[in-house]
Amino acid sequence: MQKEILLGNDAIIMGALKSGVGFVSGYPGCPSAEIGDDFAKIAKQKGVYVEWSSNEKTALEAAIGASFSGVKSLVNMKSFGINVCSDALFPLAYTGTKAPMVIVVADDPSCHSSAQSEQDSRGYAFISKIPVLDPADPQECYDFTKLAFEISEKFNTPVILRTTTRAAHQRAVVIFEEADKMPKKDGEFIKDPRQYSTMPPRTLEMKKELLGKIKKIKSYAEKSEANRISKNKKAKLGIISSGVSVLHAKEALQEMEINAEILEIGFFYPLPEKLISNFLKGKTSVLVAEEMSPYIEKEVLLIAKNANPKVKIFGKNILPEAGELNPEAVCVALAKITGKKYNKFPIKNLNLPKRTARLCEGCPYWYILPTVKRIAPEGTIFAGDIGCNMMGALPPHSMYDFMFCMGSSIGISHGIKKTTKQKVISFMGDGTFFHSGIEGMINAVYNKSNPLMIVMDNRITAMTGHQTNPGMGKTIMGEDSQELQIADIAKACGVNYIKVLDPINVKELEDAVLEFLKKDEMSLIVCKRVCALLERKQKKL
Amino acid sequence: MEKIFNLIVNGVGGQGVITLLSLIDQAAMLEGYKVRSSELHGLSQRGGSVETHIRFGKNVDSPLISNGKADLIISLETMEALRETEKSGKQTKFLINEFLLPFQGSLKKEEINQQLSLLKNEMHMVRASEICKEKLQNEVVSSTYLLGYAVNKNLIPLKRESILAAIEKIIPEKYREININAFNLSYGNN
Repeated sequence: MQKEILLGNDAIIMGALKSGVGFVSGYPGCPSAEIGDDFAKIAKQKGVYVEWSSNEKTALEAAIGASFSGVKSLVNMKSFGINVCSDALFPLAYTGTKAPMVIVVADDPSCHSSAQSEQDSRGYAFISKIPVLDPADPQECYDFTKLAFEISEKFNTPVILRTTTRAAHQRAVVIFEEADKMPKKDGEFIKDPRQYSTMPPRTLEMKKELLGKIKKIKSYAEKSEANRISKNKKAKLGIISSGVSVLHAKEALQEMEINAEILEIGFFYPLPEKLISNFLKGKTSVLVAEEMSPYIEKEVLLIAKNANPKVKIFGKNILPEAGELNPEAVCVALAKITGKKYNKFPIKNLNLPKRTARLCEGCPYWYILPTVKRIAPEGTIFAGDIGCNMMGALPPHSMYDFMFCMGSSIGISHGIKKTTKQKVISFMGDGTFFHSGIEGMINAVYNKSNPLMIVMDNRITAMTGHQTNPGMGKTIMGEDSQELQIADIAKACGVNYIKVLDPINVKELEDAVLEFLKKDEMSLIVCKRVCALLERKQKKL
Repeated sequence: MEKIFNLIVNGVGGQGVITLLSLIDQAAMLEGYKVRSSELHGLSQRGGSVETHIRFGKNVDSPLISNGKADLIISLETMEALRETEKSGKQTKFLINEFLLPFQGSLKKEEINQQLSLLKNEMHMVRASEICKEKLQNEVVSSTYLLGYAVNKNLIPLKRESILAAIEKIIPEKYREININAFNLSYGNN
């Protein structure tokens, strides 16, 4: 047994290694990126294959291939990644896995490092019918990763390990075991089209099989150690909580000196109905303390109708649905239930200027964003995308007119060009171009649209901590790979006006923007200059 | 130590906040405490304000420190220290690097110092970056310098030996010596 302080994400790595994972794929995002980054550092030594895939869908698909070939896999992504890969996720629930597979999806309540929405990915459990575990801290990140592989093995289903920022980026002492043997990395695909092909009329049969499987997993969940009750039979007040909220709830109970029994739901889907039903018996009030959506609360309300119709269920009526929870929020809720006094700490408002994120010193984007903003004709619409280029939305640039999701700047720009006479410039980084920008570009070319696309190629996926991408000619394992050229791809996709330049040559960039804005075809400027942080790092090496 | 020790370390993304947090986590574990800390990466780290929480003691539940409950705030930047005063309690002590990373719309040094001087909290202003640059030709180790100061002045209930052992474990060999020097520089000098 080892005992070390680990980051939640690193505890997941330890759990996966102990479970014999042989194939790791993913796409970097916050707060999940350390899983791929840190796994890659030890991959060769531990005999594990690790890759950054081109996006979350290709990452999941790669893992499906590994699973069908008998190799245990781990897929890692941030919350929005599950949206990208969901097309492959749903049929995977139908086919099931062969070798175990765990999919880590990291949510970011309060949007500390996430722009597009405050996503509660637990909801995918209901539409995909894939089991979901929800760890509270690094120890549970380790334990639940192992448990997830066990469940996957037992029921031939992928299992989602859903973390949040406060679990994934929490450090605490973890007691863990090191893997004692090298994992299986070489498998064999044994043909079984009946199991691996979703094709009617099999599809409906498969759905019925899946529903049966979920029933079995539900009774397994009833006895799972991932759900725990802090026995306190005398307590009339109950708290049902999951993920990191469990820790906030415990803290709040201590602070308020309130006696309650806590049911920790580590196994979020399928929910252990009988366990909840027994927990509700004998209680007068129950607080469901969960972050974001009231998924557990809604189920508890239904269960209570039969188990204990008199129990008062509290949840989102006294807890926020937007933003993460903390001990204070739970204290306020407990005060409302018990009538005990709780004085919220009075925050002084000094009206201090906010220090927002900004482009780094020497960042090549400093040459691009202000130049384009200055030179573009008045009224030009600027489209932002995901990555370091998001800073274009913040001061001193404050220039983006809209921002959505990975690769969307060009896709939406095309729609604007088709319906208006306005000029549109769409910005995107190189990582995002390879992730899903190419599709929008193809659609714009094919449908005869003419936005100007500027790919700000800083030669790496920078925002999430410098991960390799297909434009670099290097894999995460440090191996040489084909260096894909953005301009060549665009040319092959039918873009006829392309300029590749170094944005430090501001005049060249200005001229290209003015020239291309007049074109009645889709045009592309690739501004190629290495990320300043990467350049400094490379100089040090 | 019966009570939980609540420590906030804050600064600007890229200043080494997380390295300092890792050192304190490790030292607290070596002293037999239960420890939990919470940090932020990604977008919030790119030159923006970064606030991390560290809690250690006999038993720690939440990784987050509630408003007003911090025992000590270590700020690697003065303006960011001022930001913390909005939610500091009467008992909260401040250890501040007298060092400014100005940004568009930022307050002037005199304004910040004036607002800080209005507080009745115990406050330690230390020119860590300046001293480290002058004596060690490296201002990044100013966070380790501040840690030495905190241990020496008993602002943090951790022993010198535990911090040195933590440096041994956490800091890559290349930078170990300069961190030990930075720690000893303030630990010995005060």
